[in-house]
Amino acid sequence: MPIQVLMPALSPTMEKGNLAKWLKKEGETIKSGDVIAEIETDKATMEVEATDEGTLGKILIPEGTADVAVNTPIATILADGETAADLAKAPAAPAPSVAQEVAESRSPVGEGKPMISAPKAAPAPQAVAEPDPEVPAGTEMVTQTIREALRDAMAEEMRRDADVFVMGEEVAEYQGAYKVTQGLLQEFGAKRVIDTPITEHGFAGIGVGAAMTGLKPIVEFMTFNFAMQAIDQIINSAAKTLYMSGGQMGCSIVFRGPNGAAARVAAQHSQDYSAWYSNVPGLKVVAPFSAADYKGLLKAAIRDPNPVIFLENEVLYGHTGEVPKLDDFVIPIGKARIVRSGSHVTIISWSNGMTYALKAADELAKDGIEAEVIDLRTLRPMDTETIVNSVKKTGRAVTVEEGWAQSGVGAEIAARIMENAFDYLDAPVARVSGKDVPMPYAANLEKLALPSAAEVVEAAKAVCYR
Amino acid sequence: MAAPKKAAASAPQDKTNGGSPPEFTREQELKALRDMLLIRRFEEKAGQLYGMGAIGGFCHLYIGQEAVVVGMQMALKEGDQVITGYRDHGHMLATGMEANGVMAELTGRRGGYSKGKGGSMHMFSKEKHFYGGHGIVGAQVSLGTGLAFANNYRGNGNVSVTYFGDGAANQGQVYESFNMAELWKLPVIYVIENNRYAMGTAVSRASAQQDFSKRGASFNIPGQQVDGMDVRAVKAAGDEAAAWCRAGKGPFILEMQTYRYRGHSMSDPAKYRTREEVEKVRHDQDPIEQVRNRLLAAKVSEADLKAIDAEVRDIVNASADFAQHDPEPDAAELWTDIYR
Repeated sequence: MPIQVLMPALSPTMEKGNLAKWLKKEGETIKSGDVIAEIETDKATMEVEATDEGTLGKILIPEGTADVAVNTPIATILADGETAADLAKAPAAPAPSVAQEVAESRSPVGEGKPMISAPKAAPAPQAVAEPDPEVPAGTEMVTQTIREALRDAMAEEMRRDADVFVMGEEVAEYQGAYKVTQGLLQEFGAKRVIDTPITEHGFAGIGVGAAMTGLKPIVEFMTFNFAMQAIDQIINSAAKTLYMSGGQMGCSIVFRGPNGAAARVAAQHSQDYSAWYSNVPGLKVVAPFSAADYKGLLKAAIRDPNPVIFLENEVLYGHTGEVPKLDDFVIPIGKARIVRSGSHVTIISWSNGMTYALKAADELAKDGIEAEVIDLRTLRPMDTETIVNSVKKTGRAVTVEEGWAQSGVGAEIAARIMENAFDYLDAPVARVSGKDVPMPYAANLEKLALPSAAEVVEAAKAVCYR
Repeated sequence: MAAPKKAAASAPQDKTNGGSPPEFTREQELKALRDMLLIRRFEEKAGQLYGMGAIGGFCHLYIGQEAVVVGMQMALKEGDQVITGYRDHGHMLATGMEANGVMAELTGRRGGYSKGKGGSMHMFSKEKHFYGGHGIVGAQVSLGTGLAFANNYRGNGNVSVTYFGDGAANQGQVYESFNMAELWKLPVIYVIENNRYAMGTAVSRASAQQDFSKRGASFNIPGQQVDGMDVRAVKAAGDEAAAWCRAGKGPFILEMQTYRYRGHSMSDPAKYRTREEVEKVRHDQDPIEQVRNRLLAAKVSEADLKAIDAEVRDIVNASADFAQHDPEPDAAELWTDIYR
């Protein structure tokens, strides 16, 4: 029976990619290990190697197709003795039908060649009902991945201020472990885009020392899991020095990188540090969700004269969103945003927790429950006012976070609601969080360990007594 | 449990210049004497105030080690930065920070360098390029390397002098910093103040490689052992290291062989070494007596030396007076300087 070649995943979080090029033609002989195609995402280009021998029977996805979902059959290979007539025996391909409209490639490695766009594999729930007050009405928007928004934010700030530089593992020549710093080395050179050895404690301290002299480092951690090696410098040196010096010596520095669960990388690579850093006076902690917020808040973080922990999310890097096309789009740190208004229950989240919150709001609407969804965006200083005003209106609140519940950000939000809006509450605040376990590897267990839209729906219904 | 081994009370050996460092001019000798005396008298006074309860918390005195910071400071230029750990009073006075501000910080008063919010271990002066005053053992080594990174970034020709002790020399981030400093040729002098004890642990009980000048060997960082009790040897080594850094050759390690006369902190009964060991170093190698004896041999009058003593005592007494009468910080200061 003919063998199907499936669209491969290049990373644990890849959901779709572009089929850039076929290197074999139909009818050509293929040996195991031959490179048969090139696929690309906004992050990287990779070669697809054949794992089977035979003849390339049929190309199912033509080259130039964008947004092909992982595991979509892209070709069939005929074994010895099989002919084109056997193709019909191939397992029914669940291949999405290819739409005919031509779209410009969004991929920076795609050289702008036209791509035929396939249906989106997993559209990100970026549905935003409420206009962003930071964006003037009528502003032109561009569609960008969060990865691109972050890169543009850094590039713009580096053009603006020669004291800004970026350092970290693989940020320069490799173009970023997650390709967030793509192109920065080429524009700014090795003096300002600095590859470090694998030495988090050391380079975090060097960054803080440089910042004490007035430079403005952006320190990238490949993930925040590795920043635990450096947390002494972040807290004891960066966060406390302004106070300990009586205001003489501060530290304008951004520590950024992916935080929280990625996909299938298990306990040591999947921790959410929102609660850890937001516990510390002297730090500001930002954890955006939308592409526009990623850009505007990273620019604000770089300009901020204080140490800022900028928590990104690997799962979101490839997600696209509308980013205002403004010369200088900066979102103030410390302001939450109501992304969906409603009157029955307030759902409060940030970063990837918003994915569950927004999906849940859609589900709840079907049952007649109008949820107000708040994206905190900044965890410290926390915008208590926006939360409290919403809860005064709805009388019910659900917090959603990927991190653990104990001493978590949800616990803090619940306490603030109790302190500031106790008399307005019609039900106890409910928390949806990551389960109280180290992150398991197995796909089913991982899914159980993370919060889900269904849990948010359940919690919202519970506080609405429905 | 076996009784702790007493460290061999061997005299620090100067290996810089075959045991005979270049002579100082009379002016240099007088300045060295005055600056070292200021540190010693200041620290003695701080010890007294601690005993009276005027200074709280931890208080780590620098008595015995004065030649290290005074000699190094004589090798520096305006703009060079200094950073150290928690035994920092001597470093601050050597950079020219005011005795009043340092002492008032020790007593937790509003006139202290950190408005009373830092204390003994956390003081800073942008004006004097003193970057602290750090309480976490070894943290200042990465930070000081960052100061050198900034010098390199700006191309300003300045050198970062990063002090740490024989104890901190065993921290991991020291070696992470060494690696990057040499990789990027950063202008940093790592001054390892080997006073033979990390709190109560003798070097021989904690360090597989007791020659600290070799601690950069695997990163190709050159190092020297220096008689840290002889201010002239310190300055000569500092000159050499600073020239190396300013020439763009990268970091340099100086192991200063020195000795602290007092305990690790005020609350240290110092049972890990003998009284005889301390007395022998004081008698044979005291950095201040060495200078004083040379000056007397060079026919400087007792009266001139007494005048220096008197000037220093006046400064220290005035600082103690200020530090005990300056008001405590305003309660509102609790909430300032968290963000800017």
